Amino acid sequence: MAQASVAETRQSSWWHRNQQQLTPWLFLAPGILFFLFYVIFPIFQSFNLSLFSWDGLGAAEFVGLNNYEELYYDEAFYTSLKNNLIWLVLYLAAIPAGLFIALFLNQTVTGIRLYKSLFFFPFVISQVVVGLVFTWFYDPTFGILNVVLGSVGLPPMNILGDENWVTIGIIVAGLWPQTAYCMILYLTGLNAVDPEQIEAGRLDGAKGWRMLWYIIVPQLRPATFIAFVVTIIGALRSFDLISVMTNGGPFGSSRVLSFYMFEVALSEYGFRMGYGASIAVVLFLIMLGFIAYFLWSMYKEERAR
Amino acid sequence: MRSMLKTSAAAFAILAASMGGASADGLTGDLKIFLDTSNPAPRATMEKMISQFQEKNPDLNIETTVIDREAYKTQIRNFLSANAPDVATWYAANRMRPYVEAGLFEDVSDLWADPAIGDNLASTKGALTIDGKQWGVPYTYYQWGVYYRKDIFDELGLSEPTTWEEEKANCQKIIDAGKKCYTIGTKFLWTAGGWFDYLNMRTNGFDFHMDLLTGNAKWTSDEVRQTFANWRELIDMGAFIDNHQTYSWQEALPFMVKGDAAAYLMGNFAVAPLRDAGLTDDQIDFYQFVEITPGVEKAEDAPTDTFHIPTNAQNKEAAREFLKFAVSPDVQTWINDGKNLGQLPVNAQSSVDSDKFLEQGFEMLSTNSPGGVAQFFDRDAPAEMAKVAMEGLQEFMVKPDNLDKILDRLDRAQTRIYK
Repeated sequence: MAQASVAETRQSSWWHRNQQQLTPWLFLAPGILFFLFYVIFPIFQSFNLSLFSWDGLGAAEFVGLNNYEELYYDEAFYTSLKNNLIWLVLYLAAIPAGLFIALFLNQTVTGIRLYKSLFFFPFVISQVVVGLVFTWFYDPTFGILNVVLGSVGLPPMNILGDENWVTIGIIVAGLWPQTAYCMILYLTGLNAVDPEQIEAGRLDGAKGWRMLWYIIVPQLRPATFIAFVVTIIGALRSFDLISVMTNGGPFGSSRVLSFYMFEVALSEYGFRMGYGASIAVVLFLIMLGFIAYFLWSMYKEERAR
Repeated sequence: MRSMLKTSAAAFAILAASMGGASADGLTGDLKIFLDTSNPAPRATMEKMISQFQEKNPDLNIETTVIDREAYKTQIRNFLSANAPDVATWYAANRMRPYVEAGLFEDVSDLWADPAIGDNLASTKGALTIDGKQWGVPYTYYQWGVYYRKDIFDELGLSEPTTWEEEKANCQKIIDAGKKCYTIGTKFLWTAGGWFDYLNMRTNGFDFHMDLLTGNAKWTSDEVRQTFANWRELIDMGAFIDNHQTYSWQEALPFMVKGDAAAYLMGNFAVAPLRDAGLTDDQIDFYQFVEITPGVEKAEDAPTDTFHIPTNAQNKEAAREFLKFAVSPDVQTWINDGKNLGQLPVNAQSSVDSDKFLEQGFEMLSTNSPGGVAQFFDRDAPAEMAKVAMEGLQEFMVKPDNLDKILDRLDRAQTRIYK
């Protein structure tokens, strides 16, 4: 009896002593567990799976680096990789576009809230709907695009049926919601711009572009950083628009890595899990490059403060 | 002799029915059925059929799950191994091969040994056979062929063609009248597979076509090149609608409905939406795909939908009874009639609904397809090859000059995929 109470006091005192250190970990525990189980563990699982040939049903056969060798000779892989790069570059147009719309909307007139929400609207609706709207817009027979082109004397175009235009056509559709997203980031950023600095700049004779570039944009740095991160990640994850608008076509020319991975591993004609995993690994390494860069620049910024 | 045959067949039918009835009465336990018939009309038909089976077996607890048709194609892999139902729908031929080889489908050769099934379902037996055993039963199939606007043909003074020359002459007249000969939407690729099936089967015959799809003939062979040369004649004439690579098969229908295109090479499922769009049976008609190489026996595409018993099923006895019930002549007659699936019954003892397309299709498949019956491009070829090949077919339709590049690519894919 006495022994038990001694043990109890010793235990509670140990808890008492380490409470400060332990509490954050306890609060973090559920998040860490989920992250380990649903993110970290599958990453290693994918690495492992990419060394096998497996149809998802029978026994997996170890093939070493064969899947990567096949990737090396796979034209469709290079098409996807090239499209991913086009996405990365062109998708960044959402950032300046978002900035200018934000600057335009950052004023006090009647009904500005309504205009802001209208501009934000495309980000709220589903990507699938965005894809459908643009598919109809581009439709070579019934779409409005060719009506517009025809009215200024240009020949009709089949954007989604032409392997040179299709990726650009889809990116333009993707820019519509992404611009809205960047705009909202900049609108909040603009609220935090210091009016005294603007006043000071004005006294020094800064106007127009110079005012924007030297006074406003530097103060929007945090917003720009976030906009950059979400846009890069968004470009690499582009999947739903491609699936809805072209299904990877015509003849596979609008695929990106994520879509190709899905096709190979999970679609109706797929079920090559190992090969899909090897594409996923390549995509992961590309993303890892960007994420490492972001983390590093965030770390640098923290230290500079 | 004939009457004797008839009476004995009738006696057999009665015997089979009474036997079925007798053993069916004793069915108990649970029967889990997974269906991919998620479209409203087929779904209602299936549910009605299952409720009839329930009435015959009141002690059986039937549980039906309907899964979206597209989602089903990926989910089947999970549920066959993890949480198997007692009966599952699927497709015949190569599409069932992965599951047969993985040992996930039950061998049901015993059902086919019964002449009531073996003889009456003889036309589809080949499609359900792998390694000399049968792995399921069919419940419906449908013909492919050319559906055309009869009023446009009449207006231009055209009649149904039977040879390649007539087909092209008709097409030229249609083009001269400012229309397109064929509508097609190749966004999802398989429609181009249908054209290749027919052109290749008519140019080189059924056996060569099967050799090609099973990896025993080469894509770079002269025979295949001849098929593409024939196809190119139509493409160069401007026979197909423009921009077909942007449309699904449904989105290609309005061209035919509006009269911008005169015909559609399609499965019988295209008839319902054409009727819904306001075309009457006087305006649409059907003809068998024409002869190309004289003397080559005609063969048809007739995709077959099937029932299977998973190896991990719990109540295989009841599942077998259900399969027998589903292919019995009466059930086959009503589930395939115009008010229900609107397709062809698989049982030779069933009657075909009085629908002009079903009648013509049944006639064509039973008397005018001596070469054989194919399932469809993406059901006869392994999935991976089908995907690469159909992409090549689409590219060919848009850029026929790329043919050499495409065939080389397919040849490489073939050596990799069929090991």
